[in-house]
Amino acid sequence: MKGKTANVGIVIVSHSPLVAKGTADMVRQMVGDSVPLSWCGGNPEGGLGTNAMGILSAIEAAWSDHGVAVFVDLGGAETNSEMAIEMLGEPRSGMVAICNAPIVEGAVIAAAEASGGASLAKVVATAEELSPS
Amino acid sequence: MQTDRELVLGLIEACHEAIVIHADDLCELDRAIGDGDHGTNMRRGCEAVYLDRKRLCSLPLPQAIETIGMTLVMSVGGAAGPLYGTLLIEIGRRLGARENEADFATILGEAVDAVARRGRAHAGDKTLLDVLYPVQTEMVRQSALINIAKRAEVSAQLTADMKAMRGRASFLGDRSIGHVDPGASSCALLTTAICRYLKEYRPA
Repeated sequence: MKGKTANVGIVIVSHSPLVAKGTADMVRQMVGDSVPLSWCGGNPEGGLGTNAMGILSAIEAAWSDHGVAVFVDLGGAETNSEMAIEMLGEPRSGMVAICNAPIVEGAVIAAAEASGGASLAKVVATAEELSPS
Repeated sequence: MQTDRELVLGLIEACHEAIVIHADDLCELDRAIGDGDHGTNMRRGCEAVYLDRKRLCSLPLPQAIETIGMTLVMSVGGAAGPLYGTLLIEIGRRLGARENEADFATILGEAVDAVARRGRAHAGDKTLLDVLYPVQTEMVRQSALINIAKRAEVSAQLTADMKAMRGRASFLGDRSIGHVDPGASSCALLTTAICRYLKEYRPA
């Protein structure tokens, strides 16, 4: 269903593979296969850290022509996600958004919104409502 | 005069050596105010570049610098990857742009600004920028290599008095004061290694 789904994709990026996979499991439990979903956790050696190439692969795996929402935990995850999005190149880089939201709650609520066919802007806005402004 | 090939190879070896020798020190600094992995992350990045050195030194200088930047992005495994990567990618692209006749200090200035945007940080935030900006200033002044290196080292030490505003260290607030920033420290180590190499093999 790569690229063909009508629903926005969700990518989860954590310093920890366990956190990333665990969050993805919770998203899957909520929305099943109705939303393209992928995760990336850990540095290139599998330890705690982040990995631009792995994030790029995760975005490709969860690709939707309706856009992809990315959830990150700490600083390096965000910086490396921004780098990965740039590496996607135009115009696809403009269809990926990093959400300013708590990673677990944000990803689950965003996926629920996405499973109903909401736009990327709506998915992002719903997740970001969780963050104190 | 050296060829680009010798220059690229020499700089890769000098930077690799500086980081490998000091990786434990960088981790120690990072353990105090961060997650303790800056040394191992930088070593992983420098090892990846070092393993690819034969191919890299066969490239024209601008392309070699840009490719090294991309290798660091792919291999470092922390925020330092995109930050150092952005620095080198921007330097390489600007050096390679034919219409760009700017001197290296100007190119470095633009590349450092790109790093600041990437990290959404400013001078005084206790980051590698607090070494990069002073180094760029010395380059504008056309200072001697030894003075550029000294300025980098002093600037890294000065980050001890700063309160971290970005990265994991910012979570500590005032408790980050009194510790040298690991990113500033690795940046000074690399600057010194580069200056030393150029002084030895490229007498002005």
